[in-house]
Amino acid sequence: MQTESTINDWPQRRSALIKGLCAILPQAAVLSETEELRPYECDALSAYRKLPGVVCLVETVQQVQAVLRLCHQLQVPVVPRGAGTGLSGGALPHEEGLLLGLAKMGQILEIDMENLCAVVQPGVRNQALSETARPLGLYYAPDPSSQIACTIGGNVAENSGGVHCLKYGLTVHNVIGLKIVTMAGELLEIGGKTLDAPGYDLLALMCGSEGLLGVVVEVTVRLLPLPERAQVVLAAFADVEKAGTAVGNIIAAGIIPAGLEMMDKLAIQAAEDFVHANYPTQAAAILLCELDGANAEVSECIMRVRQIMMDSGAFEVRTAKDEAERAAFWQGRKAAFPAVGRIAPDYYCMDGTIPRRSLPKVLTHIAELSEQFGLPVANVFHAGDGNLHPLILFDANRDGELRKAEAFGLRILELCVSVGGTITGEHGVGVEKLDGMCEQFKPLELSQFHSVKAAFDPDGLLNPGKAVPTLHRCAEFGAMHVQQGQLSHPELERF
Amino acid sequence: MNQDLSLDLRAYVKEAVAKRQSLTIIGGGSKDFLQAANADGLLHLSGHAGVIDYEPGELFITVRAGTTLAEIEAMLLRHNQMLACEPPHFDHGNKTATLGGAVACGFSGSRRPFAGSVRDHILGVRLLNGDGELLQFGGQVMKNVAGFDVSRLMVGARGTLGVLLEISLKVLPKPELEATIVFACPQLDAPRRMSALARRSMPLSALAWVEGHVYMRLEGTQAAIRATQTQVGGDLTTSSANFWQSVREQTHPFFQQHQPLWRLSLPPASAMALPESAVLMDWCGALRWWYTDKPAAEIEAMAREQGGYAYLFRNSLPVVGVTPPAGLLAIHQRLKKSFDPHGIFNPGIMGGLA
Repeated sequence: MQTESTINDWPQRRSALIKGLCAILPQAAVLSETEELRPYECDALSAYRKLPGVVCLVETVQQVQAVLRLCHQLQVPVVPRGAGTGLSGGALPHEEGLLLGLAKMGQILEIDMENLCAVVQPGVRNQALSETARPLGLYYAPDPSSQIACTIGGNVAENSGGVHCLKYGLTVHNVIGLKIVTMAGELLEIGGKTLDAPGYDLLALMCGSEGLLGVVVEVTVRLLPLPERAQVVLAAFADVEKAGTAVGNIIAAGIIPAGLEMMDKLAIQAAEDFVHANYPTQAAAILLCELDGANAEVSECIMRVRQIMMDSGAFEVRTAKDEAERAAFWQGRKAAFPAVGRIAPDYYCMDGTIPRRSLPKVLTHIAELSEQFGLPVANVFHAGDGNLHPLILFDANRDGELRKAEAFGLRILELCVSVGGTITGEHGVGVEKLDGMCEQFKPLELSQFHSVKAAFDPDGLLNPGKAVPTLHRCAEFGAMHVQQGQLSHPELERF
Repeated sequence: MNQDLSLDLRAYVKEAVAKRQSLTIIGGGSKDFLQAANADGLLHLSGHAGVIDYEPGELFITVRAGTTLAEIEAMLLRHNQMLACEPPHFDHGNKTATLGGAVACGFSGSRRPFAGSVRDHILGVRLLNGDGELLQFGGQVMKNVAGFDVSRLMVGARGTLGVLLEISLKVLPKPELEATIVFACPQLDAPRRMSALARRSMPLSALAWVEGHVYMRLEGTQAAIRATQTQVGGDLTTSSANFWQSVREQTHPFFQQHQPLWRLSLPPASAMALPESAVLMDWCGALRWWYTDKPAAEIEAMAREQGGYAYLFRNSLPVVGVTPPAGLLAIHQRLKKSFDPHGIFNPGIMGGLA
C-alpha cells in the first residue's frame, strides 16, 4: 500500500525522515549526502544499483524499534542490510526509502556451552562466531563462501548454505531462536534455546524470508562439536558424466560426506591459475569429497570413497596427506568465483538446484545453451545436494551482453525447474530471480506468499519489490515468453 | 495401497466451504488422544495413499499423506535407509499412523538433537487450502530458498492451515551398526552429563535418562563405536532397538503411569529436581516427560522459568492443546486466515485460533 502515490511527496517525507532519525540516532549514524550513500548502492550483485534515499546505521534493538516506528508512521519503505554480500540483490536500496544498516550490531552476546548454543546480534560475522567458539571445541556449521564477511542476520534472511549442507543443513536447521522487530516496531521473540516452540513454525518462515517479514535483531544458533578429524579426497575424471555418476554412487553406498563438490574444466583451470592448488588441470571434472567425524569412522570412509571413485572411472584419486594439503584442495574450490572473475571481465552466477539424477542431462543442456548464446560457462557445484553454480562469463561493457547473460541465466533456471528442481538453492530471489519465480510458482501460490507477507507487514513497507513478484509482473513475463515462443518444455506442469 | 484422492478431497473441501461447515482432518486416528478438533464433519485422508517417487540414491521420498509410516519405513529399510527424524507412530503397532498425521503433529524421535526434526527433513508439500485450491511449495531438492518456506510451516500446524496431500521428505542411509551405552547417573546431574557428552565428537544419535540411568545411543561403523566405548566406558549393548522404540512410542514401563502426562521442551541443560520416577528425559535433556497432578499454571511457569514451555499431553480431559505465545498470537491469526479464510480446518485444535 503506497499512500498518495500520484503526488511525489518524497522530498518532504525524506526531510521528515532525516529529522526523525537524527532525534533517535547519533548524527554520524544518519547518512544522507550522495557521497555517503554511494557505498550502499548495491550488494554483491553489482549489476543492480540504486542510490538509497537515506541510510542509517543502528547499534541497539531499541534504535531498530524506534527507526521502524518512525518509518511506519511516515510510510517509508525500509531495506535491511547486513554486510551486503548477498548475490541476488536482496539488499538493493529503495530510492525513496531507508537503508537500515545492521552490521554495527556485532556483539556475540553469549556462548552457552551447557546448552550447545550461542546468542548473537545480527551483525556478527559468520566466521567470527565459529572462531570464538573454536577454543571451546564447538563451531557453527553453515559456512557460505562469503563467511569471512557475511553476517548471521543476513544468513537468516537468505537461509544461507555452504559446502557442508548435505550433512549439517542450512541456516534454517541451525537457528533455534530469533528476536525480530516488525515494521510497526514491535519486538517479537520466536523460539529460544529449546529445540521446538509452541504454535506455528515461524522460525522456518523467517529463515530465507529475505527481509520481507521482520528485521532480525538477535539470533540463537546451535553449536556443534568440532569433528575429531576431517579429511578430503580429490578425484579427477576424464568426463563430467562419470564424475556425476560417482556422486550418486557415494550417496548410494550410504556415505553422507561433510562436503561433496564438483568443478568442471574451465573452473579447475581458473582456480589453478589463481591459487595453485595443484589440481589436475587435464581433468574434465574433479570431485572434492570431505569426510568428517570420529577418527576411526573417517579412516574407514576414506578407503570406501577412494574405491568408489576408482570404480566410477576416476583416473586419479588423491587423499590430502596433511592439513596443509587439505586446505590447499579447498582453497581452489573456495576461490573458484574470484578465479573465474580473473578470466572474464564479468560473470553472472546462477544458483539452481536439481535432483542429482538429472545432473548429466542438465550439464549437457547448459553446454548447448552456452554454444547458442556464445557465452562460456564455468561450472562449480555443491554436487552432494544438487546445487549448481554455473558462472556465465561476459563483458558488461559490450553492448547487450549483460542482457544476453541474463537471458541465458533464465534459460538455465527454466531447465532446473523443468527437471523438478528450483531456481535458487541458497542465494535467494532478491530482485534478480523475480522472473524465475513466475516460472516456478502459479499465481495462487504467489498470492499465498503475498498474504504471508501481509500477515507480518500489512503495509508492504519492508524490503518491497523483492523475493516475490507481483502477479502483474508474472502475467507480463508469461505474455512475453509465449510471444517469443521460447517457453521450453511447455508440456511440463509448472509449480 | 496406491490411490490418488486429491480431486475427491478437493471436492469435499469445496462443498464444506459452500455449506460453511468445518472439518476435522483425520489420517489413521493414532493421535486422537491429543485434543481433537470440534468440527461439523470429518475429512478422511487414509485412503489417499501411495508412494509417488522414491529413488534411494536421491535421498528423498514423495508420498501421499495417507501413506502409513509402517509402509514407508518398511520400504526404506529394504534399501537400507530410514526416516532419520524417527516420528513416533503412537498406534500401538497396528500400523495406522500416517505420514500426514506425523507431519501435522511434528513430533520427532530421540535422534532430534543429532539429526534434526521432522520439520528439518521436509522438502516440499502439496496441499489444499481453505478455499479448496491445490497449492505446491518446496520440491524434492535439499536446498531451496525460492519463496517463503511454507512446507516447513505446515509441520506442527496440526492441520489448521491446510490439508496435506503429498509430502516430500529427506531420507538418510541407515547406519551400519547401533549400540547403546548405559550408566547410572542421578537425575540432577543428568542434563550436564549428557550435555558434556554431546560436546564431544562422537557418533551419537540419542541421549536419554530414565530410572536413574543415562542411555547413550551410538550409530556408525563398528570401529567408530568401539573407539567411543573405549573413551567413554560403561556397559555396551547392541540389542537396544527395543528400548529406543519404547521411548519413542511411549510403551516403556515408565509410560504406564496414570497421572496427567506433561511434555516439557526446555534448554537441554536445565536442572529441575522432580520426583525421580515421574520423569523421563529425551533429546539430550531438551525434552522431558513428567507425570504430575500439579496445576497447569504452576507447570507452565516452571518451564517458562527455565526458558522453555510445557503442555499437557495425555491422561487428562480436557487436554488444553498447544497455544502460541501471546506476543505471536496476532501473526498466527493472520496466517491462519490467509490459508483458511473461512476457518474450516480443525477448529479449536490450536489455542487462540478460531
